Amino acid sequence: MNTLRITLMAATVAAAALAAGCSSPVKLNDGAPVTDAKPTPVGPGAGAGGAQGSGTSQSGVTTVDLSKNQGADASALGRVVYFDFDSYVVRDEFRPLIDGYAKVLTTAKTKKMVVEGHTDERGGREYNLALGQRRAEAVAKSLALLGVTSGQVEAVSFGEERPANEGHDEAAWAKNRRAELKDR
Amino acid sequence: MPILIPEVPPPARRRLLGALLVAGAWPGATLAQFRVEISGVGATQLPIAVPRFREEDKTGQSIAGIVRADLERSGTFRIVDSTGDVDETSRPDYSQWRRRGADALVGGSAARLADGRFDVRYKLWDVVKGSDLGGQALAVVSSDLRLAAHRIADAVYEKLTGDKGVFSTRIAYVTKVANRYTLRITDADGEGGQVALNSTQPIISPAWSPDGRSLAYVSFESGKAVVWSQDVGTGNRRAIANFTGSNSAPAWSPDGSTLAVTLSRDGGSQIYLMDREGGNVRRITNSSAIDTEPVFTADGKSIYFVSDRGGSPQIYRVASNGGPADRVTFSGSYNISPALSPDGRTLAYVNRNGSEFKVMTMDIAGGSVQTVSDTVDDESPSFAPNGKLIIYATRAQGRDVLMTTTLDGRIRTRLLSSGVDVREPVWGPFGR
Repeated sequence: MNTLRITLMAATVAAAALAAGCSSPVKLNDGAPVTDAKPTPVGPGAGAGGAQGSGTSQSGVTTVDLSKNQGADASALGRVVYFDFDSYVVRDEFRPLIDGYAKVLTTAKTKKMVVEGHTDERGGREYNLALGQRRAEAVAKSLALLGVTSGQVEAVSFGEERPANEGHDEAAWAKNRRAELKDR
Repeated sequence: MPILIPEVPPPARRRLLGALLVAGAWPGATLAQFRVEISGVGATQLPIAVPRFREEDKTGQSIAGIVRADLERSGTFRIVDSTGDVDETSRPDYSQWRRRGADALVGGSAARLADGRFDVRYKLWDVVKGSDLGGQALAVVSSDLRLAAHRIADAVYEKLTGDKGVFSTRIAYVTKVANRYTLRITDADGEGGQVALNSTQPIISPAWSPDGRSLAYVSFESGKAVVWSQDVGTGNRRAIANFTGSNSAPAWSPDGSTLAVTLSRDGGSQIYLMDREGGNVRRITNSSAIDTEPVFTADGKSIYFVSDRGGSPQIYRVASNGGPADRVTFSGSYNISPALSPDGRTLAYVNRNGSEFKVMTMDIAGGSVQTVSDTVDDESPSFAPNGKLIIYATRAQGRDVLMTTTLDGRIRTRLLSSGVDVREPVWGPFGR
């Protein structure tokens, strides 16, 4: 009975995580609804069903792997926060991403991450390095406000030096104004 | 503040191919890495003849060709027909040279010494007055032959204009090809390039030490911005600012003992001083804004820097040991990348107006501002050590290129390198 319950919970969490990849908000710690399943027959003459020894194993165990969703890899949430031009404000649409990483980091206190800030190509290199730093620090600060210890997260900047998109139009620039969260 | 736009004469565009200025090939010549274009030459140029130096083909360098190219690239000289055999012992036929339109004449020779070095000699004559203006003999190893030619060009330039030449100085800049970055050092003419650093990660903000022996720069090789200092001759390098967060924008004090840097270790981007080994770190700006791009004045007493404490980036000045900062730029809403002339009178910087980035110069005492560039994607201005030229990076025909300009913007040289993007130029000091 317990095995079935856990299996269903794991499946639901996995499905929810997949759904998160399609950018709908996900709360990892919500209790997933469990539906009652038919009890497995445990021996000849056991109550319901009556399928005795007709091919279903009585010794099977299903592995539940919690480690996947436990924090080592939260990348299903996405790893990039995008910013408006000349801005370092973390937009509301990225709140769930921040929340997700905060949970990961507060749960695993030895886990370290780095936030890398970037800008688009317009403007001076050193000033853009500082703007990228502001973006990284804005994300780091959001994490700190949710209880993440500062030693777990380092904010650094690449300025305009590592564009995600090498184009020279607004579509490319929008993809470059970002902060990326990476495991250390 | 009134903005003075100079009357630029109609551009006379002439393309010079650096290595092809000399008639005929010479052994050991390398293809020019830079193509030089001059535009907007001034009204008065001094016509000069520089015939080939006697026996210069035995050196593997076209010494007279380098001298001619240096003098012409300055925009101050016009090269006239230089065919003929003249050396430093000649008694020139002044009327012949006057007929060719020369006001001055250089003659010289090169000879191999017993120890393998070369003895390079020259003499300069005033053709108009028919007088000898002196000369020099230089003994150099073969790898310094280009330098000898540049020193001759400097001496001729100084004798005839009164200003110190910068032909024997060096520039450093960064190249990017696909995902390869190099920090490169060349002569001021773009030739003789050598690689100081080769990396798959970005390199930015190179800065020459005042003695010309070291370069500080920012490298991302460890996954973030770290300031390094490297001895140019030996290649020995060490990380001198590697604190939490980003470390960048190194600038040397005039006595070479101290660097100003931008650190984010205490949150935000602020300016700190440290000794040249990276110790004794002390903070000199204290704002909640971005403070960056420090640069020392020539007397070491003040630092100019960029701050957006007023809402958008402008240039400020603060005493070198910290304290209240005064705003210096008031034209336009985005002014960055300050560079100071050696005489302390002129500030060069980059102004953003709409989507256009242009190098400007400002008379510091009076505040008047002048446009010096005709391109729209400029960055990183740097003064030559004689204060007469500015080098900067810009974008032309889809490539990153280096430009030099006189302070009034009238004479500009484009150094187009073939195939690589070049950026972040910094002009080295006098004396290597």
